Amino acid sequence: MDDLSDLYQDIILSHNKHPHNEGELDPHTGEAEGFNPLCGDRLKVYLRQAEQGKGNVEAVTFTGEGCAISKASASIMTSAVKGLSADEIEAKVAEVVDLLTDQDEPEIDLMTMGDLAALAGVRKFPARIKCATLAWHALLAALKDEASVSTEAAKK
Amino acid sequence: MNIAAVRSDFPILSREVSGKPLVYLDNGATTQKPRAVIDKISHFFEYENSNIHRGVHYLSMDATDQYDRARVRLAKMINAPEEREVLFVRGTTEAINLVTSSYGTRLQQGDEILLTLMEHHANIVPWQLLAEKRGLVIQVAGITEKGELDLDDFAAKLNSRTKVAAFTHVSNALGTINPVKEMTRLAKEQGAMVLVDGAQAVPHLCVDVQDIGCDFYAFSSHKMFGPDGVGVLWGKEKLLSSMPPYQGGGDMIEQVSFEKTTFRGIPERFEAGTPNISGAIGLGAAVDYLNGIGHAEIESYEKELLDYAGAAMGEIEGLTIHGTAEDKVGVISFTLAGIHPHDIGTILDTEGVAIRAGHHCAQPLMDHLKVSGTARASFAFYNTTQEADSLVAAICKVQKMFA
Ligand SMILES: Cc1ncc(COP(=O)(O)O)c(C=O)c1O
Repeated sequence: MDDLSDLYQDIILSHNKHPHNEGELDPHTGEAEGFNPLCGDRLKVYLRQAEQGKGNVEAVTFTGEGCAISKASASIMTSAVKGLSADEIEAKVAEVVDLLTDQDEPEIDLMTMGDLAALAGVRKFPARIKCATLAWHALLAALKDEASVSTEAAKK
Repeated sequence: MNIAAVRSDFPILSREVSGKPLVYLDNGATTQKPRAVIDKISHFFEYENSNIHRGVHYLSMDATDQYDRARVRLAKMINAPEEREVLFVRGTTEAINLVTSSYGTRLQQGDEILLTLMEHHANIVPWQLLAEKRGLVIQVAGITEKGELDLDDFAAKLNSRTKVAAFTHVSNALGTINPVKEMTRLAKEQGAMVLVDGAQAVPHLCVDVQDIGCDFYAFSSHKMFGPDGVGVLWGKEKLLSSMPPYQGGGDMIEQVSFEKTTFRGIPERFEAGTPNISGAIGLGAAVDYLNGIGHAEIESYEKELLDYAGAAMGEIEGLTIHGTAEDKVGVISFTLAGIHPHDIGTILDTEGVAIRAGHHCAQPLMDHLKVSGTARASFAFYNTTQEADSLVAAICKVQKMFA
């Protein structure tokens, strides 16, 4: 496959067209907006725990306008982190950021990674990495119930 | 215009990107440089480099002379009454900040500044900073469906409190050419100072500041085939001479003592420190190059190109062109139904087609258009109808991928 079809794999295009868990979450215990000032994209992530900051994450949803990459990444994220504890989520976000930005070619285990693996295609498009990380940074902010996070404030 | 000859003047145009011939349609962001400009700058550094206004030696006098002659060329280009009214600055952004910092000191609480909805952030944010500091009120004139200035709204928002009207000559996001002469006349009737942002006008149009009648005119070298890091603020002599310095330092003073410093006249008063000497000289070379082709030639060729590309893109189903003013330059902002501009930009890039995707530093305008951004193809006189065809083919590829 060439780089472009790696980027726009069927999995990405299908998540873009039919995103999972799009919409506001009611009730929710945390929400945060991710903002990319370079392109103007905004994504809002909602999550529900037993209590704000306590217990595993029961559900995650997102709203907002974004490119195929940011939308698909958000959609994949909502399924990937459901049921995880805050610590597990932090580890998952680190794993995704590494997958996207680590110098070394990542090892991809389709069995454990599932649709997440499709995000690796973004690696060849440095200009698009922040599109892919946007939702994940917003998720971390939502866990802490911080109002917003900007891709330009985040290191990666 | 001999397009093949023109293209061969721009070395970068013959390179490839992603294994395909480069189709450079991001001229609104910055333009490519002709050999004449590149050579002039290399020659300066290889044979002529020296600081200006400071040496009794040959090189310094020669560099000073070249720097001053660049100023003359720019004054001629915009038909400024006097050369010393041309100030070399870092670019449009600094030009506007110079005006808000220096001219801005005479504005008072409650004074109004009239902008338009199609301003670049460079002609919004400096005014906001000033408004916050001095308690000024910002008014915004709207636009029509076609992306033309709503002249009635502009006139209605002018009043005796309006002390500044600042607007763009050409919209970077829509391509609209504003009726700047009429807008200036209306603003002047109310006694307002008028600043025109010419960043997107100078690469396309023949500009005459006396005919427009404005007080300040700002533009950047890099958008008119010159080097980056340099630009021009033109201002009326009477105004500039009555304005306080913008930055303090060397070259702008008459006498310095710790008790009191007196300042030089214009332009030196506004050019503190060592300026971008090679940049100004390179910009002068760009002016010569453009004169060699001729503004009338450029305008008529670009009009053909715009008509061709606009018609071809108009045929694409699901494509919306934002900005269809009667009077416009070769800027085509567009969106595709269901496809984000960022994705368009990436896919076009793999076809060698360079465009800009995003909000074009005009977020208030994007909000008004109810889009998060657009894809923008911006043409220069070295682009061709074949390149417009490549653009159209690449857009069709985008649609196929997302079908
Ligand atoms: C209309 C307009 N004004 C101002 C600017 C700012 O110019 P610069 O970044 O060269 O200072 C631009 C550049 O994009 C522009 O298009």
